[in-house]
Amino acid sequence: MSANTTNGSQTLSAQGLYYREYNEQIRAAIEAGADKLFLTEVMGHRYIGAGIRAPGTTIDIEGIPGQDMGAFMDGPSLIVHGNGQDGIGNTMNDGRIEVHGRAGDVVGYGMRGGRVLVRGDVGYRVGIHMKGYQEKQPVIVVGGTAGDFFGEYMAGGCLVLLNCTGDGESASVGRYCATGMHGGVMYIRGHVEDYQLGQEVARQNLEKSDIDFLRPILDDFAATFDVDNPLKNPSEFIKIAPVSARPYGQLYVY
Amino acid sequence: MTQPGAYMVRRPHEEKDISSCGLTGFINRDGTLVDGQAIARSIGLMRDRGNGLGGGFAAYGIYRHRADDFALHVMYDDEAAKDGVEELLKERVNVLDTEPLPTRKTPVISKSPLFFRYFTRVPDGVEEDEQDYMLEVIMSINVEIDGAFVMSSGKNMGVFKGVGFPEDLADFFRLDEYDAYLWTAHNRFPTNTPGWWGGAHPFALLDWSIVHNGEISSYGTNRRYVESFGYRCTLRTDTEVVAYLFDLLVRRHGLSFERAGVVMAPPFWDDITRMDEVSAKEATDLRTIYASAQLNGPFAFLFGFNGGLIGLNDRIKLRPLVVAEKGETVYMSSEEAAIRVISDDLDSCYSPVAGEPIIATLNNGVA
Repeated sequence: MSANTTNGSQTLSAQGLYYREYNEQIRAAIEAGADKLFLTEVMGHRYIGAGIRAPGTTIDIEGIPGQDMGAFMDGPSLIVHGNGQDGIGNTMNDGRIEVHGRAGDVVGYGMRGGRVLVRGDVGYRVGIHMKGYQEKQPVIVVGGTAGDFFGEYMAGGCLVLLNCTGDGESASVGRYCATGMHGGVMYIRGHVEDYQLGQEVARQNLEKSDIDFLRPILDDFAATFDVDNPLKNPSEFIKIAPVSARPYGQLYVY
Repeated sequence: MTQPGAYMVRRPHEEKDISSCGLTGFINRDGTLVDGQAIARSIGLMRDRGNGLGGGFAAYGIYRHRADDFALHVMYDDEAAKDGVEELLKERVNVLDTEPLPTRKTPVISKSPLFFRYFTRVPDGVEEDEQDYMLEVIMSINVEIDGAFVMSSGKNMGVFKGVGFPEDLADFFRLDEYDAYLWTAHNRFPTNTPGWWGGAHPFALLDWSIVHNGEISSYGTNRRYVESFGYRCTLRTDTEVVAYLFDLLVRRHGLSFERAGVVMAPPFWDDITRMDEVSAKEATDLRTIYASAQLNGPFAFLFGFNGGLIGLNDRIKLRPLVVAEKGETVYMSSEEAAIRVISDDLDSCYSPVAGEPIIATLNNGVA
């Protein structure tokens, strides 16, 4: 370890730096013992927080982080004050990502643990191939609306879509929602037509166990973004879960 | 003197261009003119989306003093190709001015083809529509004259493109000396065809220009279709066909941009069953009449023309596209950061719905 072994905060500007160089500086600061990093003037720099194993480290980001922020991340917390781009939390294993604006496409692809909270809308293919195993149960909460393929091929974990940014009438989610889903659970606030859902899932009303499960997650969301808990009226939500853990187990068996 | 063939203006033989590229563009709807430095910064931010094998720009409003002339930007492998084109032009159009396209020596663009521009008009006495007439002249050059390639051929607009990173090409083509109300730019990552000067984006025909990220899987069908209307696909890349489709649908068939969008990225049949009767009939008619003009495969493209900018995604959003607005300016880009780097404090920023065109036009119509 370098001389700076005490816990502490450090500010790193991305101005004029290529992403590779910038990420090397971020890693070096964490190696040196910084547990609170303030990243400034970030403008499209890719892979911020990617692959970093440092639970307890907080990385605060001003600007627009580039593609694959938090990919394969294992422990740190990322706070994005503005918007995020595509590929946030790709195959993330543990940690936490807060995006105070909107996020792009493919958030939490193949995510296997940790939590992603987005205050605004998200793009297409959010939460696809998400998976869960025993205590590793990833969670994504979206405050706004989502595009097509929300939770496509989902195998585990939890996706929550709150639909708080729209007019309340428009669709909260696009087409092919939960297509091929065979594990995990999804909660959506607002109206969803049957044609928007995959054929492998069924919609249900929330039971007490669902509400007990959701409440702390949405308390976290509300505290993070300083809004009211959106769970005031659980009847506004539907639960979407697979009807079979192996929907195609019999496909090639005559 | 340059070696014949040295700069690959001659066309390679591969059929397809699968690319994973970056694109960006903006239009000042109030007609405000800005030089090429902002667009170069915007595309330069996404340097990693390309690999230095292709970059380019389209600019509208740059030849205001010659707004009635067709401005031909032509690249040549050698003097012989130039002689051939100039002879052809002399026979078929009035050439009002011929000049080298200004370029600047830069450390990174060391070799380049010859670039010339010609301000031309259709001769008196031609009864055919002047755009159709020019289209035939351009197709003749691209098909018949080896080592020559028309980069752009519209009025009051021009394309600047080649092999290199786009921000370096902006320097090379001295884009800081041009003022335009509409700019688009492209950063190429060719994977299936060689990077060659003619194969860079934008592709342009008459007033149309297109930059494209993705792959047109329906290229064969689309190509046969446009060729049946007299277009000739000479560039061996899929993007070219989209430029010709737009010319056919909008200029020759008179479709609105919205309907052209429905033709290229139509609603799915099961979506049509949920539409009201009038919309369902229109969508069904367009899908039926223009089945061969439908684009399949992953794409995001930006389409420029005199007076407007259109962004369109494939129907299932297989390529990125972000739209933002600030005041009278509309931005469209692969990445939000490429917009923020030239315009902070945006009024709005969003992902457009896949398959629905975003259309931004000048407040006063055509400039």
